Amino acid sequence: METIFNWISSNQQMIYIVILMIFLGVEVIGRVPSVLHTPLMSGANAIHGVVIIGAIIVMGKAESDNYLALTLGFLAVVLGTINVVGGFVVTDRMLEMFKKKK
Amino acid sequence: MGISLLTICYLIASVTFILGLKMLSNPASARKGNLIAAAGMTIAIIGTIFLYEDNAEKLHNHAWIFGGIFIGGVVGTLAAKKVKMTAMPEMVSLFNGMGGACAALISISEFHNLGINTTPGWEMPDGGQTKLLIIFLGLIIGSVSFAGSIIAWGKLNGRIKDFAFTGQQIFNIILLLVAVSIAAYLIFNISDTNYYLFYVVLAVAISYGILFVFPIGGADMPVVISLLNSFTGVAAACGGFLYDNKAMLTGGILVGSAGTLLTILMCKAMNRSLANVLIGSFGGSAKTTSGTTKEQGAYKEISLSDAAMVMTYAHKVMIVPGYGLAVAQAQHACHELEKLLTEKGVEVKYAIHPVAGRMPGHMNVLLAEADVSYDNLLEMEQANEEFPTTDVVLVLGANDVVNPAAKTDPSSPIYGMPILDVELAKTCIVNKRSMKPGYAGIENDLFFQPKTSMLFGDAKKVLQDLIGEIKNL
Repeated sequence: METIFNWISSNQQMIYIVILMIFLGVEVIGRVPSVLHTPLMSGANAIHGVVIIGAIIVMGKAESDNYLALTLGFLAVVLGTINVVGGFVVTDRMLEMFKKKK
Repeated sequence: MGISLLTICYLIASVTFILGLKMLSNPASARKGNLIAAAGMTIAIIGTIFLYEDNAEKLHNHAWIFGGIFIGGVVGTLAAKKVKMTAMPEMVSLFNGMGGACAALISISEFHNLGINTTPGWEMPDGGQTKLLIIFLGLIIGSVSFAGSIIAWGKLNGRIKDFAFTGQQIFNIILLLVAVSIAAYLIFNISDTNYYLFYVVLAVAISYGILFVFPIGGADMPVVISLLNSFTGVAAACGGFLYDNKAMLTGGILVGSAGTLLTILMCKAMNRSLANVLIGSFGGSAKTTSGTTKEQGAYKEISLSDAAMVMTYAHKVMIVPGYGLAVAQAQHACHELEKLLTEKGVEVKYAIHPVAGRMPGHMNVLLAEADVSYDNLLEMEQANEEFPTTDVVLVLGANDVVNPAAKTDPSSPIYGMPILDVELAKTCIVNKRSMKPGYAGIENDLFFQPKTSMLFGDAKKVLQDLIGEIKNL
């Protein structure tokens, strides 16, 4: 029990962020019209591509003779970039079409 | 200095993610929102590459990093630019899978970094439990999301068929429990003799992801993709915990929570619960319960010239597009028909069911591509008010969303789903490729009603022929 309490108090900043973000996420998209469901899903998909930052850190920290870390990191960077770039471009393409007719 | 600058970069990124998501949920600002989030992401990425420090040591391997970003960037851009409008949902699913895989790879990599290397073997450093817990969370969620997304992608483009066996739900739950319990066991008892079990967790999580999506019908894939999307968000947030990185944490959790809500909203648009989507395996069980229950009467066909005549002399024509229109890429032909009829003084509108096609908003995107005016697209409620005053309804490759069984037949698997009440119009012309049932696998009474006539053929070809006929009138 003690360890859990200690863990909570030493990570309280993170826990606050998590809780606030959960409510914010719900709040922010609460009123989305059904027309925008798919672009929104796609946009959110691009945003979670922020995981690429982790991949860059893994890659950048890898020792130059640690081939396992280099390979994993490299793959992660490639996949993460596809997620980010592809995600934003696809979303933009979808939304471009909404825009045109106005 | 460098580090505080990086903090500011992450702060900007977090704000742009929130702002971007907010703007994405409003049609007027959506595109700008997407760009703002993309700009924030760029700042965060560049900041990380050049400013990140770990124990006063900067990142190296820049060549590798830029090489990876370059390859990923080119592949991502090309894939996103080349993809056809009809294949958009598949693409999103694939991108989502990449993100999940990325999170899982980070976990694998950090697992090796965490252990004190005793060759051969793995030993837990002091106080590594929390880290290991987060690594496992990222690993399991990331790989479930990856495997699930790939299956969803395969299902949407028809490469993977529905597959289910009895007791699959229970088997899936057992799989998940196995993964979680091995992970829990390792967190407390890891040693250099059992650390390889880490890879067993990875394998089990991937199998779970596959089997979890397998039995769910193709029509429900958008919901599944949205759910997996929020999973990947959570997996990304795990990375945020691992590196004490606020941008990853905010971005990930934000997507996790917004994605979950979006999933529920999508289910609501179909008037079903999430549990029903995930456990119900729509397509699979539906075929056996209905379809054979009712004696079907005869349907009648209409010739092209008759259809052209009826539509030209109508006051108001309502077009109901569906997946068939998307498959046939008939949106331009459809717009042409609309223009032609409008010139002849006919009022033409489109009735858009929220889940017509393979994803919510599919039809809007498709018709927008063909320059159809936004004002002519009616949402379901508006359209249903206008059907009684409509002379001709032209159903283009839509089926389940106009099936009256959703209102009248409690035994139908789509019972309770809001539909477009096309039978209220004076006449109804249905264009389909054949009499085969739609995605839910159920017969449609509408086709056998006296007011309805069928016009068989590929939507694009039929529309082009109709245009020709009308011009000749």
